[in-house]
Amino acid sequence: MSIIAVNNLTKYYGKSRGIVDVSFQVEEGEIFGFIGPNGAGKSTTIRLLLSLIYPSSGSAAIFGKDAIQHGPVIRQEIGYLPSEVFYYERMKVIDLLKYSASFFPGDHTARMHELAEYMELDLGRRIDDLSYGNKKKVGIVQGLLHRPKLLFLDEPTSGLDPLMQRKFFQLIREENQRGVTVFFSSHILGEVQRLCNRVGIIKEGRIVEISDIRTLQQNNYKKIRVAAGELNPAYFAAAGVTDLEHANGVVRFFFKGDINTVVQQISSLNVTDVTIEEPTLEEIFMHYYE
Amino acid sequence: MSTTIFKHEFRMRLRSVIIWSLAVAAIIFLYLAIYPSFSQDAELLNEMMANFPPELLAAFGMTGIDMASVLGFYGLIFLFVQICLAVQAANYGFGLVSMEERELTADFLLSKPVSRQQILTSKLLAVLICLTITNAVTWISTFAALALFSQGRPYEARHLVLLLLSIVIFQLVFLTVGVVVSLLVRRVRSVTPYAMALAFGAYLLGAFSDMLGDVKLELITPFKHFDASYILQNGAYDLPRVMISVVAIVASVMGSYWLYTRRDIPSVT
Repeated sequence: MSIIAVNNLTKYYGKSRGIVDVSFQVEEGEIFGFIGPNGAGKSTTIRLLLSLIYPSSGSAAIFGKDAIQHGPVIRQEIGYLPSEVFYYERMKVIDLLKYSASFFPGDHTARMHELAEYMELDLGRRIDDLSYGNKKKVGIVQGLLHRPKLLFLDEPTSGLDPLMQRKFFQLIREENQRGVTVFFSSHILGEVQRLCNRVGIIKEGRIVEISDIRTLQQNNYKKIRVAAGELNPAYFAAAGVTDLEHANGVVRFFFKGDINTVVQQISSLNVTDVTIEEPTLEEIFMHYYE
Repeated sequence: MSTTIFKHEFRMRLRSVIIWSLAVAAIIFLYLAIYPSFSQDAELLNEMMANFPPELLAAFGMTGIDMASVLGFYGLIFLFVQICLAVQAANYGFGLVSMEERELTADFLLSKPVSRQQILTSKLLAVLICLTITNAVTWISTFAALALFSQGRPYEARHLVLLLLSIVIFQLVFLTVGVVVSLLVRRVRSVTPYAMALAFGAYLLGAFSDMLGDVKLELITPFKHFDASYILQNGAYDLPRVMISVVAIVASVMGSYWLYTRRDIPSVT
């Protein structure tokens, strides 16, 4: 049974597009990266799964239960960190966290203090006195304190300094090792690359690719750079070649297909330098967005 | 119903409840405190009032009121108490769910393991308790102030009790209409203008209808469903009009649940 199963989920806000025909599965224990630029539909998807908004068509199941019908039961096991964190301004951090914890059965005081200490969060301060980064920390602690089985992180690292980002990633990895499934939405590819097993790429409301992060890097594209004395870039222009650039006797391009064809082409040249490497996720990503 | 939300909502409004209750008590006490000096020259007062333009008297609901009697005098101030209660109830109504969406805490609350019905019910009950506190303070202040300042003059206690009993429904109208309107609009940017518009709008409708003698306008304003001078003079409610308020409450509550359980919570950006 998949932890999250989304079937042809579609959401229109009036006439404007939210997401269209989105389907994917997230398995237990995975860290699933959900990437796309702002406005692609990442938050819409998460908000649908939490039934903060209702779908125009299609359905979603979490823990095997319909996300809307069994929303309250499902949410007992969910932790959610919204992209923009806003809390009751007049409350103290500790009161907000206690309020949050009181929705879940059991005592979560110890875990709350543990997380606050780890994230270096001052519990005695008022929410409205906190900086953006500190509010984000409040969000992280409130999202994790009840030991959820499934975490929704919507652009979690914005506002956190690099050191805190690392601590946060460490925390997520630990949670994941305990068996927590993570749905990680981001437009920063580096962090998705560091953390996730699998990624879904969303573009203009539609899923364009779902694959293992390794396969995405290995099987798809090679980044090739050839330096040679006399080069005609048209020489490489063939099926599977994209982003062909030529400058100062160096040709750069991306190639997708049987690598032998390129290697043979190169071997018939008198080259001064050749590199063939994995593109970064960023570069792969740009391909989907051309 | 979630006690967690109930407690939180109640605590958030406690300060506001105390302030409103004190305001209402202050109006009642300060106003009734001048009754002893007025009552001495009661005849003079009634004569003076007779010289005012009838439209002006009508605007303040003072037509046919004997200012010399205890309840006649109290009836005038009750209009101002009603305005306060209306603003308070409308304020809580408009803020009930829009507050979460405006301060963007809706995501926090709705991602918790509670259903929309539970959230709305808990919030409504918490606010109802808040309004009941102000209501109770109104009762206590009224009887305390009358005991202090009525100069031992007799008054029809039954009529007064009837008048005070009307507060509950009066508050509920403004509360529930506030909630349903806040759910009908996409986003309530600021609660106060809405609450003021509803409360004073309703008051002005009543005032205009008196001045113009237009009965149709009276039918849509709670101020005329629970008209102090009518209740105090007749010792009874104008039942068909009270029913209009009751129907408005029931329709608003049903509409609120229907809208809220289907509502797309607007996101931050």
